[in-house]
Amino acid sequence: MRYDVAIVGAGVIGCAIARELSRSLATVALIERDVEVGLGTSKANSGIIHGGHRAHDGTLKAATEWRGNQLWGELAKELPFGFERVGDLTVAFDEADLAVLHETLEQGRRRGVTGLELWDAERLRREEPNLSHEAIAALHAPSAGVVNPYEACFALAESAVRNGVDLKLEHAVEGIDRDGDGFVVRTSRGDVAARFVVNAAGLFGDAVARMAGASAPTIRARKGEEYLLDKRLAGYVGRVVFPTPSGESKGILLIPTYDGTLMVGPTAHWTADHGADTTDLDTTAAGAAEVFAGARRLAPGIAEADCIAEFAGLRAVADGEDFVIGATEVAGFLNVIGIQSPGLTAAPAIAQDVVALLAAQGLELEPDDAFVPGLEAPVRAAQLDFEELARVARGDPAFGRIACRCERVTEGEVRAAIARGARTMDGVKFRTRAGMGRCQGGFCAWRVMSLIAEATDTPIPAVTKKGGGSWIARVRTDAAERSDAPDAPDGTREVAHG
Amino acid sequence: MAKPAPLDLRRRYDVVVVGGGPAGLGAAVGARDAGAEHVLVVDREPEAGGILQQCIHHGFGLHHFKEELTGPEYAQRFLAQVTERGVDVLTDAYVLDVDRDRRVALLSQDHALAPVDAGAVVLAMGARERTREAVRIPGSRPAGVMTAGFAQKLVNVAGYLPGKRVAILGSGDIGLIMARRLILEGVEVVGVFELMPHANGLSRNVVQCLHDFDVPLHLSTTVVRVHGRDRVDRITVAPVDEALRPVLSRAWDVACDTLLVSIGLIPDNELARHLGVRLDPVTTGPVVDSTMQTSRDGVFACGNTVHIHDLVDMVSQESYLAGSAAGGFVTGRHTPADNVRLTPGANVRYTVPTTISTDREHTVYLRVQKPMTDCVLRLGDVHAKPLRYVVPAEMVTLKVRPRFLEAFHGGTLTVSVETREPASTKGAAA
Repeated sequence: MRYDVAIVGAGVIGCAIARELSRSLATVALIERDVEVGLGTSKANSGIIHGGHRAHDGTLKAATEWRGNQLWGELAKELPFGFERVGDLTVAFDEADLAVLHETLEQGRRRGVTGLELWDAERLRREEPNLSHEAIAALHAPSAGVVNPYEACFALAESAVRNGVDLKLEHAVEGIDRDGDGFVVRTSRGDVAARFVVNAAGLFGDAVARMAGASAPTIRARKGEEYLLDKRLAGYVGRVVFPTPSGESKGILLIPTYDGTLMVGPTAHWTADHGADTTDLDTTAAGAAEVFAGARRLAPGIAEADCIAEFAGLRAVADGEDFVIGATEVAGFLNVIGIQSPGLTAAPAIAQDVVALLAAQGLELEPDDAFVPGLEAPVRAAQLDFEELARVARGDPAFGRIACRCERVTEGEVRAAIARGARTMDGVKFRTRAGMGRCQGGFCAWRVMSLIAEATDTPIPAVTKKGGGSWIARVRTDAAERSDAPDAPDGTREVAHG
Repeated sequence: MAKPAPLDLRRRYDVVVVGGGPAGLGAAVGARDAGAEHVLVVDREPEAGGILQQCIHHGFGLHHFKEELTGPEYAQRFLAQVTERGVDVLTDAYVLDVDRDRRVALLSQDHALAPVDAGAVVLAMGARERTREAVRIPGSRPAGVMTAGFAQKLVNVAGYLPGKRVAILGSGDIGLIMARRLILEGVEVVGVFELMPHANGLSRNVVQCLHDFDVPLHLSTTVVRVHGRDRVDRITVAPVDEALRPVLSRAWDVACDTLLVSIGLIPDNELARHLGVRLDPVTTGPVVDSTMQTSRDGVFACGNTVHIHDLVDMVSQESYLAGSAAGGFVTGRHTPADNVRLTPGANVRYTVPTTISTDREHTVYLRVQKPMTDCVLRLGDVHAKPLRYVVPAEMVTLKVRPRFLEAFHGGTLTVSVETREPASTKGAAA
């Protein structure tokens, strides 16, 4: 069949576009090279829904940020993912900072951002007593929030699929050929024909554009390292805290994540060879030093000793720093690339804009009367009171078995996550929190591996952390050498050696 | 294997023990022996016995049973004692909460959510391993970085291998045991890297697991970077200076597909924290008195959830005491309250318990901060015990007998380990 639209890349942008298109009768293929959606930049970021007042005037960022902020509120009513408008603060330490805050306040008001307020030192200390007493003022944006970005991706993709989108995982795009008035997208798992192609390939956006013969600015990878602090510090700040910005970077932030963990970061540095390395997800000693120095400037009580986990993510940065959204010289091929911060915030607005662009190019958008906006929320045993948990556990005994003791995740939740698309340990972890706690999976990993193996009919050595060659266990030497070994099916060795 | 019939769970138990590892089983035996009639052990795993079940090597029980057993054998001895005494063991179950009135909220597959009233509660949740995240190793986050205990479960319980070429960070006992275990399974172990200038496991393990198998032990060396996108492909290691800072100019790369982390255990204190019992900032486990009672009446604790032990034999001893005290609590047996506080002094990190009583004999467990030879363990100025050597990896025990305290009328005794001075040697040895 030929699809109306093929979307390349199932990050938050691709998933949001797919879900927006699924409101119509247009046929859509969502193509992703990874084994699950949202495992790239969309997973590893600050998880902030920005207030909408910060992006510079005249940019696409500014045109989509506030709208996106508002649309997240709508999405959160329909789909199950962690989202809360905790508000944010931009803190000034001197008169020069204060002048910037006044400008930002005016800029935000012009854009219609509601609730912006300048707080003096006294108010700031009352609201956030753990922040530095050196701060002289702060700009408060109550509309800003935090989101679990991976949950949002999973929910958007699942909703899109429920409403008819074909999700093609582990389809690495290898070429894009013109075919009549449409395209054939060549992938590692066969061809996908489509009238329109939307390039939402993130870090690989320029490469995908080149495959189609379309021009695109160079995309470079700017790395951000983030550090998660012990739950001991939950509630240390109530809002996302920014320093007054200087230059492109928003600086080192304090982020009270939706799950209650305090996170500090991110750094902003090109990966090796000025951003050309799209695989560099290393955290570094220098990055940690920078993050904790920045965090301590905002809240002097924060210590590196409280770090319990760390990660790095890569921003897809286009030359010129702005988003690149729109038609190209190749009719029917659209770029949606260079979506760096505040791309997560802007995602729902970008999705609406892209659908409008497709309509302008001739895509018919007849509403799908059968469109179901909602999605049932997964059970979260840790958030249920005892009565509710008892009821769920009586209904299905798997909810009476704890799989992950640190985060109190039941086997029923793990099974449900797999049924809803989790294929890897990270997929289960980011859907259920199993393995995210203090033991970092030491106790539950084997049980989760076994459940994935059982539910997906996969041998244990083929169960991975995050797809590709990220195997966790291999067969014993003696078993591997025996031809009748039950756990050494064809392909196991390649997996194990990959 | 046929699934045993679901346990006929009572609404009220004299003693509920949280955790069915060696500590929990020991406590259950102690509670029954002290007269508690109905005792329940709750365990998270499908089978009780705790981590012993995956410790298939021998070396357990030398103190307690005067013979050398494997982990599962040691567990079996206690499981038999528990069965003999009619203790109820509920597996695959989880304690969600214990409220002020010691009502225990139990979640299990067979009973969904069951409330159980407990006369006394014993916390015996054990410990968890410190992870890579706890020591903050920079680099990538591929598959193949795992705790030694997880690797042990993979190999000994599940029957898989963690990799082909393994490096080990930390010389904790589990890492040492796993070095030998993996070699026996045909896995290459490229070396053990230990931050400290001394090994962190028992000396017998260093000899039997590393020296006997020619596994290099790199002291004062640590892992400074993990490499590999999907799976570990190498690590960078570097020597450290006196302040334990890596000397990066002398770093080198080690090819491996697996990094086992064996850098110590931390008491599993989530439930204790949730209950609001006082925790010791040094051990991170509950503060306990000489009967192993926590800061909450009728709530006792023992084993690795209180402080990390080297030998399961000591756990059994400590938890039997905790169990008998819990049994005594519900049967109304009166034990005089503690009247002496123990304070850690020179070269002592902590003591368990933190208080003792002058009327009876106690075993005090402690750990030192740094190695020392020809030293003396002092209990204030009432008692001194010469020790040939002390190392942080090996727990020190001190029997405190009532006669030491006959002439003592103060409220606090400082426990310290000091170098033996020629003048005091004679007195201490006397």
